[in-house]
Amino acid sequence: MSGYEAVIGLEIHAQLLTESKIFCGCSTRFGAEPNTQTCPVCIGMPGVLPVLNRRAVEFTIRTGLALNCTIASYSRFARKNYFYPDLPKGYQISQYELPLCRDGHLEIHAGGVRRRVGITRIHLEEDAGKNIHQKDSSLVDLNRAGVPLMEIVTEPDIRTPTEAAAFMKKLRNILRYLDVCDGNMEQGSLRCDANVSVRPAGSTGLGTKTEVKNINSFRFVEKALAYEIRRQMRVLEEGGRVVQETRLWDPAAGVTVSMRTKEEAQDYRYFPEPDLVPLEVGEEWIEEIRSTLVELPDKKRERFMSEYGLPEYDAEVLTEERAVADWFEEAVRLGGSPKAVSNWMMTELSRLLNETGREIADAPITPAHLVSLLKLIEEGTISGTIAKTVFEEVFRSGREPEVIVREKGLVQITDTGEIERLVDDVLSANPAEVERYRKGEAKLLGFFVGQVMKASKGKANPKLVNELLRRKLS
Amino acid sequence: MEPFRLGVSDAVDLLRRGGISAAELLEALFRRIDAVEPVVRAFVTVTRDEASARLGELESSGEGPHQALHAIPLAVKDNICTAGVKTTCSSRILRNFVPPYESTVTARLLREGYILLGKTNLDEFAMGSSTENSGFFPTRNPWDPERVPGGSSGGSAAAVAADECLAALGSDTGGSIRQPASFCGVVGLKPTYGRVSRYGLVAFASSLDQIGPITKSVRDAALLLNVISGHDPLDSTSAPVDRQDFTRSLDRGVKGLRIGVPKEYFVEGLDREVEQAVRDAIGELERLGAEVSEVSLPHTGYAVATYYILATSEASSNLARYDGVKYGFRAEGADLIEMYMETRAEGFGPEVKRRIMLGTYALSAGYYEAYYRKAQQVRTLIKEDFERAFERVDLIVTPTTPTPAFRLGEKVSDPLQMYLSDIFTISVNLAGVPGISIPCGFSTEGLPIGMQLIGRHFDEETLLRAAHAYEAATGWHGRRPVL
Repeated sequence: MSGYEAVIGLEIHAQLLTESKIFCGCSTRFGAEPNTQTCPVCIGMPGVLPVLNRRAVEFTIRTGLALNCTIASYSRFARKNYFYPDLPKGYQISQYELPLCRDGHLEIHAGGVRRRVGITRIHLEEDAGKNIHQKDSSLVDLNRAGVPLMEIVTEPDIRTPTEAAAFMKKLRNILRYLDVCDGNMEQGSLRCDANVSVRPAGSTGLGTKTEVKNINSFRFVEKALAYEIRRQMRVLEEGGRVVQETRLWDPAAGVTVSMRTKEEAQDYRYFPEPDLVPLEVGEEWIEEIRSTLVELPDKKRERFMSEYGLPEYDAEVLTEERAVADWFEEAVRLGGSPKAVSNWMMTELSRLLNETGREIADAPITPAHLVSLLKLIEEGTISGTIAKTVFEEVFRSGREPEVIVREKGLVQITDTGEIERLVDDVLSANPAEVERYRKGEAKLLGFFVGQVMKASKGKANPKLVNELLRRKLS
Repeated sequence: MEPFRLGVSDAVDLLRRGGISAAELLEALFRRIDAVEPVVRAFVTVTRDEASARLGELESSGEGPHQALHAIPLAVKDNICTAGVKTTCSSRILRNFVPPYESTVTARLLREGYILLGKTNLDEFAMGSSTENSGFFPTRNPWDPERVPGGSSGGSAAAVAADECLAALGSDTGGSIRQPASFCGVVGLKPTYGRVSRYGLVAFASSLDQIGPITKSVRDAALLLNVISGHDPLDSTSAPVDRQDFTRSLDRGVKGLRIGVPKEYFVEGLDREVEQAVRDAIGELERLGAEVSEVSLPHTGYAVATYYILATSEASSNLARYDGVKYGFRAEGADLIEMYMETRAEGFGPEVKRRIMLGTYALSAGYYEAYYRKAQQVRTLIKEDFERAFERVDLIVTPTTPTPAFRLGEKVSDPLQMYLSDIFTISVNLAGVPGISIPCGFSTEGLPIGMQLIGRHFDEETLLRAAHAYEAATGWHGRRPVL
């Protein structure tokens, strides 16, 4: 269905990695027994008052700076009023008219298109608790009530589901770089709602939008949006009208379903929170935060290309996660050749991390291990093939490569006499192949190399094997 | 003199000199409570057992000489949280609520050695001007049991006037300390907004609420303010000002002090006897050396309307937490919505419901601009009225209320008339400035009349000094009702 284009804006909620909640001293740790991380403030008892967590403000400013926002010197909290059992005060403390950050942007690269996505605003608010429904009753767990959330709202600048997914992935990487959010969509610490509309391609007006909620995995960002866009196009092509409403993504059925229409929308009766004074942020504090801002993925990628001569693809992959990039740079600092380190990280290390489900930070192998291993290869002590075995062993045990090589007798055979003996054995055992080779079947060289390597249990120096074979067969 | 007649300062002196024992004082107060409570009904809860235990604790602590209020029995309005002691807000919805935490003001009183006698009655959630809106029972005016004690801190004011305690704490959102103090012939101080922590005060209207003392003398008000004031990290709206001793400058007199009389407060509807008493009081201040002049607070006429939009808007949100889910009263319902509706229908009284509806309306989409935002703008104008006046004068003097105490039942059916009884006190809350009501005479019917003094932001010192000078020169505060 061409002739239409989609207009997408995202509303992202990111749980902040502060130790304590936004308005009280309770822990934010995930997974504790229900209602054990609560106090009179976060369960909304009468007479208690909120006190703003300075770290939560700092994290939001840090994010705002990373997303090129203007940080408001004066912002204000507001109450969003609605009744729900998981909302203990009957209102959520949020920001409304005057958010902490606004007018930023983030550049994405997707489907061959570079696009600058505007960030309308970033504001701070508190999370609600959780209702647990049983057969005849419902229970409320308020451990999460008061956990600080950052709401990031984009301009309707995104045009395709692929771009939306790229945006989410990039944002997640940045939030993790900044150490402000763990970016886990499945656990709900990063949530995404999307405003979607379609319009005839090339027009500038906006169609009626729907809000798609419950996109709780990176895989679903693309799927849910693709579905919703197709659904709206079909409605229009059949001569219908898109209804402004909130729709829920049903991942099992792969469809979005209507949740409530505009007429049923709640009136939240926002008004300024009288229990908190306006938030004033001095230029000095902003500069202090700016000066401690880490190098972000885009910058780092550029630098990896110019400083280490890496291809763009390598630089991109290595800079997605800060821990991975740091690992790479540490290996290079210890003397590893950038391209060799990159190759090992992108193949063997990446494979083993995936297989074992580990994070690079808690894998037993260290950059120093890899550099030792590279040195063993370079010096000809072990072959590349053997090195893979050793690498895996180091990855699992954290033991030194030299020790493993010595203990297992994996040292490469560079003794010409010994290799010559193996070559002679192979040639005399395969007279027919020798005959064919000499008649011009040159590709049989590989066969002989393989046989010799096999006989040496992989330890023979391949270069020497090649040389000897050529000489003896000529 | 009977020990229960004592004020705080005199009792502190007497206890220190050994003229009376702490046990005798406490016992005298409980006997007084037993004697007059059947008529006055000032208390929702009397904490006799807790008080005895507390006395024992204090006597063995050895802290006596270091505590400003050692063994001083006080009453506390029942919307101020006291750990382990029921805090009901005189509402059915919190009838059995026992907070597990202590308000900052009572924590400070505890540190200085006070003894809690009990929790006093109020208009439900502090919404009212007569204490008739209590969800439990009305409190009577000790000067005439057929009359209201004022409100919403009617229980505290009546308890002080009836000598059931040496002093009490109240809260004041639109006059709830000063108006009942005026009706009951005692001293009531509403400090500057931010002077006293609100942590543990059950919120009615957060931007207006302030805790303050109700006492038998201005000196006692200063002494209690010393203890309860000061910045509190648990209340973001409490001001980072240093604590000070408000009793030190009490005796400096009013010579040279410039006192303004706002013409907008002496208008139709003001009771003739009240006007006369306040004019006489102004004359007395002048005789004592103050320079009196007329000032204007031009936006006074908008104060009541502004207040009832802002206060009810905040209240509609503050009271949303009473939903039957976590604590307090819960009515059964077939589903969640029905449980919510039944709980709030049965748990709240008519005035509270009226204000929740008013506030919900004022904040609703389509009305917000016309009501809430406009009211905020007018609030700024009212604040500026005071700022301008305080460029010319150091204090403003007005009647506290348009009339002396009215009869029980007289205004319950007419909310607007009831709201107008706070017409002289409301602007002070909107501006955030401090105000005090002190006795300045009696009507021919023998009812107390109160005068209100208003000061600059954080200038309680001047306010208390002038109030003390007047009190010392006239002695109205020494009169007690016959019970």
